[in-house]
Amino acid sequence: MIEIRTHGRGGQGAVIASEILAEAFFREKKFVQAFPAFGVERRGAPVVSFTRVSDGEIRERCEIYEPDHLIVLDPILLDTINITTGLKEGGWIVINTNRESMDNEALGKFHVATVDANKIALKYGLGSRSAPIVNTAIVGAFAGATKLVGLDAVLDAVEEFVPLRKENNRKAAEEAYHAVAFISK
Amino acid sequence: MKKVIMGNHAVSYGVRASDVKVISAYPITPQTQIVELLSEMCAKGELEAKFIAVESEHSALTACVGASAAGVRTFTATSSQGLLLMHEIIHWAVGARLPIVLVNVNRAVGPPWSIWTDQNDSLSQRDTGWLQLYCESNQETQDTIVQAFKIAESVMLPVMVVLDAFFLSHTFEIVDILEPEQVRPFLPPYKPKNRIDVDDPHAFGNLASPGEYFELRYMIEKAMEASRDVVRDVDREFEQRFGRGYGVVKPYRCDDAEIILVTSGTVASTARAVVDEMRGEGVKIGSLKIRVFRPFPFEEVYQVLSKTKKVAVIDRNISFGHHGIFYQEVKSALYGRTNVPIIGYITGLGGRDVTPRVIRSIAEKAMNDRNAEPDINWIGVKI
Repeated sequence: MIEIRTHGRGGQGAVIASEILAEAFFREKKFVQAFPAFGVERRGAPVVSFTRVSDGEIRERCEIYEPDHLIVLDPILLDTINITTGLKEGGWIVINTNRESMDNEALGKFHVATVDANKIALKYGLGSRSAPIVNTAIVGAFAGATKLVGLDAVLDAVEEFVPLRKENNRKAAEEAYHAVAFISK
Repeated sequence: MKKVIMGNHAVSYGVRASDVKVISAYPITPQTQIVELLSEMCAKGELEAKFIAVESEHSALTACVGASAAGVRTFTATSSQGLLLMHEIIHWAVGARLPIVLVNVNRAVGPPWSIWTDQNDSLSQRDTGWLQLYCESNQETQDTIVQAFKIAESVMLPVMVVLDAFFLSHTFEIVDILEPEQVRPFLPPYKPKNRIDVDDPHAFGNLASPGEYFELRYMIEKAMEASRDVVRDVDREFEQRFGRGYGVVKPYRCDDAEIILVTSGTVASTARAVVDEMRGEGVKIGSLKIRVFRPFPFEEVYQVLSKTKKVAVIDRNISFGHHGIFYQEVKSALYGRTNVPIIGYITGLGGRDVTPRVIRSIAEKAMNDRNAEPDINWIGVKI
């Protein structure tokens, strides 16, 4: 089983990102489960959501405490919470940032990939300058970095799960898939 | 067709497949996306039902009572305080012998306010005469809705289908969605024996003297007892037709088990993963999920638990001044028939996560406890 934890802020689309990711794996014949850390969501507040992927039936029905991989929609969260808590050694961290290097010691043991999902989202008119909606771009970047799921499955999942601007969201996911940069591989 | 959907929408699809004619609901918290999607389906004509938005849950169920008495298939959904506000009409639906199906998303009751899961809302309706079925997956939830209408209309008692808030209601997973055309041969249109008819007027809900009331209560209990076979047979027929059956109870690796965990809802699912993990370490452990809470499956529970050496009941609820509610029921199922020690554990109230680690700690604690303990065992209290 692969367990993925997504960190973002209310309004960025973290919950939908975990669902799109589940849908993408489903399209590759996996068993999937996706859900938010249940809270009272407010715009701008830290949000966590989860995705489980397996070759067999998924029986665990609880939050994920020891994820295999992380997705981070807001790099500031790296400085404010202990984001790698429970992350298994050798796991991927895919971060939305425009920084070219990460000087965060906690990231040392992991594979780190980055993408400027804000820039990509704005290029395709997703959200506003102050609040870009980066979920489709970050899922594309996760697929591009980890190669755990294919681009076609991600694009189909975006089509299925995104209610508006489907074409632009597909383009954002595809661009992010190719634009991902590696800090440590 | 298989789709990745949330538990709330699995309920909506189950209702759509069941050819429901009247849906009445209060649309504000603690309501869920169940009725949001249903109202969209009605608006788009995907479901030919009358959707009645009302001003309270009390009115929601009352509208279902009226529509059901008029002879059509009816549905409503609620949670926590909403279910409690329905309480008067919960009783009424039973006395009036109306086959209403209600989904309750298990949420803790206030104060303090909570939107997270535990079972005290639905279990507080235990003595009303509603059948209660507890689900552990989105697939089971959808399928149980369809089964519930068939059961209700067979025994003329209302059925409550129950699922955990968030751990099912807001969790996306794969569901094989039932289409109305597929379901129709299994669940034909509802044909009431009696209904309100202006051309053939009768009195409904009249005053019953002590000379009559007693017999009507007796008949409710007889219908409840008859529903045991109906619940089992409907599930079997469903399985033959659709390839998915859920049972009245679901034993897992119990045959040679020296300890059995009794579970319900989503905890039943997580517990099976724990059973496999501990079996891998050589521990003879099994689990028993109780799916049908009313009528309580005394015989099925006895058959499974009488062969083991110890029973640990996990309750996500509490009857203050007594114990966990499933614990009480399991004890009464075994009373006088076996001396197997039964230990009760309370955990997960108000949505506290019941992880594999929590379940494992209960199993290990139970194995080390020599005898049945009369005291309540709280798991995870931080005081």
